[in-house]
Amino acid sequence: MTAANNVLLDLSGVGKRFGGLAALSDVSLHIRRGEIYGLIGPNGAGKTTLFNVVTGLYQMDDGQFTFDGIAYDRCKPHVLAQAGIARTFQNIRLFANMSALENVMVGRHLRTRAGIWGALTRNAGARAEERAIVKRARDLLHYVGIASPHQTLAKHLSYGEQRRLEIARALATDPKLLALDEPAAGMNATETESLKALLQTIRASGVTVLLIEHDVKLILGLCDRVAVLDYGRKIAEGVPEEVRRNPAVIAAYLGGEAA
Amino acid sequence: MDILLQQIVNGLVQGSVYALVALGYTMVYGILGLINFAHGEVVMVGAMVALTMTQLLAASGLPPLVILLIALMTSAGVCMALGYGIERIAYRPLRNAPRLAPLITAIGVSIVLQNLAMMFWGREYHAFPALLPHSTHMLAGAVINDVQIIIVLVALAVMACLLLLVHRTRLGRAMRAVAENPSAAALMGVNINGVISVTFMLGSALAAVAGIMVSANYGIVHYYMGAILGLKAFTAAVLGGIGNLRGAMLGGLLLGLIESLGAGYIGDLSGGFFGSNYQDVFAFFVLIIVLIFRPSGLMGERVAERA
Amino acid sequence: MRNVPDSLLRHDKRHAWIAFAALAIMLLALPFATDALLGRGWVRIVDFALLYIMLALGLNIVVGYAGLLDLGYIAFFAVGAYCYALLGSPQFGLHWPFWIVLPLGALLACVFGVLLGAPTLKLRGDYLAIVTLGFGEIIRIFLNNLNAPVNITNGPQGISMIDPVRIGGFSLGSTHELFGLTFPSVHLYYYLFLCVTLLVIFVSLRLEDSRIGRAWMAIREDEVAAEAMGINTRNIKLLAFAMGATFGGAAGGLFAGFQGFISPESFGLTESVMIVCMVVLGGMGNIRGVVLGGVLLVLLPEALRHGAGPAQHALFGKTLIDPESLRMLLFGLALIVVMLVRPAGLWPSTQRRRELSPDEDVVHQEQDTVYDSSK
Ligand SMILES: Nc1ncnc2c1ncn2[C@@H]1O[C@H](COP(=O)(O)OP(=O)(O)OP(=O)(O)O)[C@@H](O)[C@H]1O
Ligand SMILES: [Mg+2]
Repeated sequence: MTAANNVLLDLSGVGKRFGGLAALSDVSLHIRRGEIYGLIGPNGAGKTTLFNVVTGLYQMDDGQFTFDGIAYDRCKPHVLAQAGIARTFQNIRLFANMSALENVMVGRHLRTRAGIWGALTRNAGARAEERAIVKRARDLLHYVGIASPHQTLAKHLSYGEQRRLEIARALATDPKLLALDEPAAGMNATETESLKALLQTIRASGVTVLLIEHDVKLILGLCDRVAVLDYGRKIAEGVPEEVRRNPAVIAAYLGGEAA
Repeated sequence: MDILLQQIVNGLVQGSVYALVALGYTMVYGILGLINFAHGEVVMVGAMVALTMTQLLAASGLPPLVILLIALMTSAGVCMALGYGIERIAYRPLRNAPRLAPLITAIGVSIVLQNLAMMFWGREYHAFPALLPHSTHMLAGAVINDVQIIIVLVALAVMACLLLLVHRTRLGRAMRAVAENPSAAALMGVNINGVISVTFMLGSALAAVAGIMVSANYGIVHYYMGAILGLKAFTAAVLGGIGNLRGAMLGGLLLGLIESLGAGYIGDLSGGFFGSNYQDVFAFFVLIIVLIFRPSGLMGERVAERA
Repeated sequence: MRNVPDSLLRHDKRHAWIAFAALAIMLLALPFATDALLGRGWVRIVDFALLYIMLALGLNIVVGYAGLLDLGYIAFFAVGAYCYALLGSPQFGLHWPFWIVLPLGALLACVFGVLLGAPTLKLRGDYLAIVTLGFGEIIRIFLNNLNAPVNITNGPQGISMIDPVRIGGFSLGSTHELFGLTFPSVHLYYYLFLCVTLLVIFVSLRLEDSRIGRAWMAIREDEVAAEAMGINTRNIKLLAFAMGATFGGAAGGLFAGFQGFISPESFGLTESVMIVCMVVLGGMGNIRGVVLGGVLLVLLPEALRHGAGPAQHALFGKTLIDPESLRMLLFGLALIVVMLVRPAGLWPSTQRRRELSPDEDVVHQEQDTVYDSSK
């Protein structure tokens, strides 16, 4: 297996500024297929900004990145979603007044094709597609373990279920890379534990996972490799145990949780 | 007579009015991120109240300038109360509602104001009494009268005061703090609701001044005058960069110029096909073009939406 | 699935059928009943109500589904109406048939919708509202002034003697005897408008529950998230805009044929705002609510117009308040109050009702569905 083939997402020299603030500077990293890659760093380090750059919500100022061997620059988010990057949001962004099921069904949008004509005539093709969408969405809701009725509005789900629903919605796009922005935030220990199991299952199904997390135990227990951002720079990268002992990382966290 | 110069003079006069009204839009937008759709109607109410005051005082024998001052104070007072009331009733309860909700209540408020005005003052055009001197002067080939000179000067003075207020006083600092980051400002002990109320009242007072200016300039008052004026002033605020005080001033003057030059030359440019009755179209074209090519306006900063 | 006894289900079904049949008979008999009870003038008003419901349903796609506030929607109505009027009146001496002119008007409105939408749909919600408002005004100003130097629209005087809708040799502009009944023109238009309205409702329902409809609602709920989920928001929004405009244009054509006369006055800001009110008051995104809003906002003011004058006369001996401004005043107040009290509109959408009884669906099936990413 060649190295290039093995790499799914490859960032080199990525920079992003907001006015005078360098939210990312010269960040290079590569994520291999099938791994769970952790991204950690203090608050405001630029983790979410990195997500926004690779999902097309922000345009980077310097550098480039390739995904699955193709370079993307100034691409719209939906193009990157099409390419196979799906994400969740740090501050949950569900379609609040749509049901849990519909939220996941929206995720199928880019893998299905029925248009106005199909909607109006409900021809055999459109009906079959719609049935497949519903079935897949139900399966995914079970898969991520949402116990509430599928017709519940997203905004009425519990916090933990909302986070899971975001994951289900992202999975519905058939991603190659699943990018999760602090999925365990606000979860209790049991919920975190079952989230961990879920992420392992997802990885086992062949999806690569990029994970932002503050929960060090989760990162240690789950990630194959970890990168540390601080003030927009990558200050360390490696297997979790190694990174944990890295003096620069300890300094960045001021002897905090990572020490 | 020099047409170009004349159109520039007219444009600057009209532009000063736009600028004053635009400031009201921009201040509210800067603080609440909300288009105060009813602002144009506040201008109309200002003009109407001033009209009524001048009519009441016409027989009093007071000197015209005093009458005008009393009318100005009254209409500013009424408008401030109105602005305060609008914010309390139509906007404050919806501060955490979806974006479109306050826009719709704002439309409701402007419909109500317009129809109340129609009930009080009738559907007809009213003549606004000429209280200011209006001898005309020749200025390098263009005609300008005293009213127009006064309009420009007053507008400049008011804008200067506003800038001083915002940048040099405690209140101004509180306003800027709330605009920058409401929750942080609240933590620092700024009374957010108070600041918002004051902002609405300030904007409404400016609207009253502007209302009197338009009435004095054209000599005509009408219950429907606020709608189009408000829309154009909003365009001016967007043109300059909404949320930005200097931008609103610049945008107002520019829009006035564009309109009057456009109306003056469209006939020649289109070979006589379009006439000056298309004047109102310019503002909207400008609005659409600015929003498409530079949504942040001439002096606004680009801000990305946070994800 | 909840276990409902078969007999109960059949029972429900029968009830539904009875209700449906009753509704159908009512709708069919409505013009005759109205004519007998209230007079011919009210049948006309009912016709207008249907036209406005069509408009409101069209705008509902834009505002209710996709969440794009369009304050210049009446412009598309105007485009359709003028297209019909110019091609079917003595203005240019053209008398093209209805079945060409009406689709043409709808198509033209659609083109206008795309032309306006393509550059502006990336704007944030309230900016879009203002731009569309400006667009509406531009169209009106042009209609008002395109009478010189070349007379196209006949300016403020408008266009009169527009051909009535004629299907084959059957003109809806005159009285007909059918099945032993006398159908005056307003009755015939009623049935035409009813058919078109039902068609629009059908289309809306189908769209609502489809891949495209879900994409619209996703955009309405959270545009950034929708984009990140792979929805090409620009195209999908444009589609909503174009669909809405098409409906508006078609309604405009019908309006021109029905009235026989149009002028720019019918296409002002007030009319745009009125349609928005119908959508918002009734309940954005809910077809039944929108229909309710349309009915209320056409009939109430008419009732006020007919009732307010006499009532004031009876009470005060003279007309104190012009009924026209009274009705607008009530509009304004209603808008404010409804937004403050019931932000979701008078008739809560299905989504909201679902909240009240969340347990209609789904007991979990097997928990072990395997996720397969290569699918
Ligand atoms: N749209 C924006 N405009 C201006 N500044 C921004 C924007 N988005 C992010 N920033 C700034 O960029 C820096 C990095 O932010 P980012 O959200 O990426 O941090 P983070 O690592 O995700 O932090 P946290 O752990 O708190 O989520 C911060 O200083 C933030 O204020
Ligand atoms: Mg973050």
